[in-house]
Amino acid sequence: MNYDEIRLALVEAIRKAETILPQDVVVAIERAREREQGRGRVQLDTMLSNIAAAREGSIPMCQDTGIQTFIVRVGAEFPGLSSLRGLIVDAVRQATQEIPLRPNTVHPFTGKNTGDNVGEHVPCITWELVAGDECVIDLLPKGGGSENCAALGMLCPGVGITGVKKFVVDHIVGCAGKPCPPGIVGVGIGGGADLSLKLAKLSLLRPVGSRHPEANVASLEEELRDLINDSGIGPMGLGGKTTCLDVHIEYAHRHPASLPVGIIYQCWSDRRAHVHITADGRIEVS
Amino acid sequence: MKRTLTTPISEQEARDLHVGDVIYITGTMFTARDEAHLTMLEHGAPFPVEGLALYHCGPVAKKDGDGWRIVSAGPTTSARMEMFEDRFLEKFLPRVIVGKGGMGEKTLAALCKVGAVYTHYTGGAGALAARAISDVTNVHWLSELGIPEAVWVLSVKEFGPLTVTMDSHGESLYDTLNKNVRKNMQLVHERIERRE
Repeated sequence: MNYDEIRLALVEAIRKAETILPQDVVVAIERAREREQGRGRVQLDTMLSNIAAAREGSIPMCQDTGIQTFIVRVGAEFPGLSSLRGLIVDAVRQATQEIPLRPNTVHPFTGKNTGDNVGEHVPCITWELVAGDECVIDLLPKGGGSENCAALGMLCPGVGITGVKKFVVDHIVGCAGKPCPPGIVGVGIGGGADLSLKLAKLSLLRPVGSRHPEANVASLEEELRDLINDSGIGPMGLGGKTTCLDVHIEYAHRHPASLPVGIIYQCWSDRRAHVHITADGRIEVS
Repeated sequence: MKRTLTTPISEQEARDLHVGDVIYITGTMFTARDEAHLTMLEHGAPFPVEGLALYHCGPVAKKDGDGWRIVSAGPTTSARMEMFEDRFLEKFLPRVIVGKGGMGEKTLAALCKVGAVYTHYTGGAGALAARAISDVTNVHWLSELGIPEAVWVLSVKEFGPLTVTMDSHGESLYDTLNKNVRKNMQLVHERIERRE
C-alpha cells in the first residue's frame, strides 16, 4: 500500500466532486431547462453556465463546499484498513488548502471555525465493514442549505403509505426555494429514527434517474417526484414545473409500532465522486 | 440589452425597480451573513454603505500575495437574516439586497420605507459569480468571524442575472407564488388520497 497515493487520490476525488457535476445530474438539469420558461429557465440557464465555469476553471461550483462526507465500504481483509481514517482526514486538510474549500467546521458552543474542515466527528465518515480485501469510498460533500431541509417523521403506522406520501410531499413543498431546487429528495422508510435518515442519505449516492430494483418502490419514487413537481415551486422556488430532479427511496423493515420516514435533500449541485482501491494498491477515481 | 445598475445606487433608481425585473450590478458589493449583520448593527459600518449592494454570501476566498482572491461566491439563504434585516436597511441604506430564497414581511416593509429592493441570484452559482468579481477591496472582521462570516468588500462588473423578487412598492413575488402553490397543493392532496 502506498499511503501517499491513496491520500492524493482522495484529494483528487474531493476536487472532482467539488468542480465537476456528474453527467446524470447535468442531463437532468438540461432536460428540466427544456420544460421551463421565463424565470425558471433563467435559473436553470444560470446553473448550466455555472457548471461550465466550474469545470473550465477547476473551481468549486458552489461557495458552500459542504461538510466533507464519506461513505466507506471496506473489506475486512483490506491491507490499509487501520490507516484509512487518518488518510481521509489528511486528504480533507490538503484539499481545503489546495482546491481551496471553504472552512465549514464550527464549534457548536464557541462558534470557532477550525479553518481546515476537520473537527469533532468531522469529516463525516460512515463505515461499513464488508467481506473481501477491497475498499470503495463514496464522497458526498453536503451543503448547509439543503441539509437544513432534512426531516424525520415518526409516523403512526396506521397512516400507511398514503401518510408517507403526504409527509414527504408537504415537507419538500414547505421548504420551497430554501434547499436550492431542483434537487434530489432522498427518502428512508422504516428501520428506526437514525436508520431511516441514514438510508435517505445513502439513497443520494444513486445516479439521478435510477430506480429502486423493486417495482412498487420504483413506482412510488416516480409518483412522489411527479406530485412534488406539480406543486409549482419550480427552480430556486421562483415558480415552474421542476421542483425536484428525482426522488430516491430506500427502506428497512420497521418495528410494528413505528413508521419512521427520514428525508435528506440534496441541492441541484449534487456533487459526488467515487474511489476504488484494490488490495494490491491500484486506485481508481471516478 | 442588459439593465445594469452602477453603485452608488440612488433611492430613486431603487424605487424604479419592480418585481420581475432582471438586473446586473456594477461597482461595489459587500457580503454580510448572520454574524456580520449582528457585528455591524452593534459596532457600525467600517465603510459608507448607502447605495451599495448587500450580498448574503459566505465566499470561498484564497490568499493571493498581499491580498485575497474570491474563488467561489454564490448566495446563502436569506431567510436567516429576516430577524435583523429591517434594522440593517434603515441604519445603513444599502439599495439592493442580493440573496436567495426570499425574505419576510418585516424586510418587505423596510424596503418600502427606505427605497430598496431584494433580488434573487441562483443558489449554488458560485463559480459564475466569482467571474463577475474583479477585486477584493477590503475585508473586515476576518480574524474574529472567519472566512464565511467576514464582511468582504468586492468590486464587481455586471454581477447577475439578478431577478427582483421584492420591491419598494410592497410587491413580493413569494406571496404570489405561495398562493399559486397552495392552490396546486389542493389538487396534489386529492391525488394522494385517491391513490389509496
